[in-house]
Amino acid sequence: MNSFPIVVIGAGPAGLSAAIEAAKAGAKVLVIDENLKPGGQLFKQIHKFFGSRVHKAGVRGMDIGRQLLEETKNLGIEVWLDTEVCGIDQTKNIWAIRNKDTSVNIRAEKVIVASGATENAVRFPGWTLPGVMGAGAAQTMINTNHVLPGKKILMVGSGNVGVIVSYQLLQAGAEVVGIIEAAPQLGGYGVHTAKVRRAGVPFYTAHTIKRAMGDHCVAGAEIVGLDAGWNPIPGTEKVLKIDTICLATGLTPLTELAWIAGCEFTYIPELGGHVPIHDLHMESTVKGIYIAGDISGVEEASTAMEEGRLAGISAAADLGCYTAEEKRKRTLEIWDHLNALRCGQFGQKRRDAKDRILAVGKEMISWAVHV
Amino acid sequence: MTRICEHPILGDLTGVDQVTIIVDGKPYPAHEGEMIAAALLANDIKTFRYTAHQHRPRGIYCGIGRCTDCIMTVDGIPNIRTCITPVRDGMVIETQYGVGEWKRGDHHE
Repeated sequence: MNSFPIVVIGAGPAGLSAAIEAAKAGAKVLVIDENLKPGGQLFKQIHKFFGSRVHKAGVRGMDIGRQLLEETKNLGIEVWLDTEVCGIDQTKNIWAIRNKDTSVNIRAEKVIVASGATENAVRFPGWTLPGVMGAGAAQTMINTNHVLPGKKILMVGSGNVGVIVSYQLLQAGAEVVGIIEAAPQLGGYGVHTAKVRRAGVPFYTAHTIKRAMGDHCVAGAEIVGLDAGWNPIPGTEKVLKIDTICLATGLTPLTELAWIAGCEFTYIPELGGHVPIHDLHMESTVKGIYIAGDISGVEEASTAMEEGRLAGISAAADLGCYTAEEKRKRTLEIWDHLNALRCGQFGQKRRDAKDRILAVGKEMISWAVHV
Repeated sequence: MTRICEHPILGDLTGVDQVTIIVDGKPYPAHEGEMIAAALLANDIKTFRYTAHQHRPRGIYCGIGRCTDCIMTVDGIPNIRTCITPVRDGMVIETQYGVGEWKRGDHHE
């Protein structure tokens, strides 16, 4: 039986940040990830991040990934890759499959679940054709695998993922034929949106996709205008000649492991759906199980890293690595960072949604010490 | 050719070792260590499998190993997620029909 004081599930920005903070506090940490490489989705994010200097603004996601891996290595944190967690019970006994062929049990005193999120699908006739894919999948193909998924792209969704991936598709040499947005206004940050617009990409607001055309793979797309009630307006159909349809229609937290572990959930649509209820320290309703990053509500890598740090500090402190006063001080510091990231036109909505989770957490997590 | 050889941020794609993969009996070039799905796209192959009942074509969808839309039969084993499985020189990759067929290994293991 393997035994670790702290086990972190997921080696993305939240998980690595959690492991680094816990290790810095002196706790022995194991990080588990199902992928062959650590870093989660950071290495495909080749754009510069937002925020202030303390949040590594102006640094590309892929470089932040390298920094996190460097720190993980320097702290001697054990990382098991190609290890898929299949179950966690309430006594924090973890069952995983290593290298796709070996079943292992791991006993943990504290578990931090940083499992991330998955892209949403939109269903329309032809949506299963080869050539229809998640915008993140296209991003993985171009930035991680150096391969274009197609040459003429229709992007569905004008949020940050839609406009950032559109720009990266242009950088990689593809043509983005259009970006459609069902809402009457665009959804992404102005700076990303403007870059794509300056590059000449047409935006179609109040439009949705009616169908993907093609027998064996995507050969075109029919789009249609929407009225104020989101209903298609007959006669406004338009056929675009494209070979790839990318769906940037939001993400859903990957919560299976938290459900299995017995965590209580609350439904917060602005953050992607069902999320585990948690307190200010990222502890779930199961004592000793913490969550961080997109599983606790879909946001950005910068907030995921801060939440990871919160979870790492809390888990280490609860093992006795920090005094209550130290824990309080560090927790407040990170909340200052999080509040700074969750402000402005886009951030405030996420902050309000997060406050709703914390309010439920306050009710439900009886042992939580509120700072 | 859909390989991205020059890129303003990622730089130029150089110093990559070439390997050969066999797709439905035909040899194709691939880059050592890249994912099967990427190698197939680089060779303009977009259909990876056909569904069991309606025989509909499927290709990559999520690209990160979650959706299982991109599964193929690889070295005789069906249902391999090609977006997260790296190529190997001489790897035999086959379009999968339905749930596929075990050609190697013991599936009762």
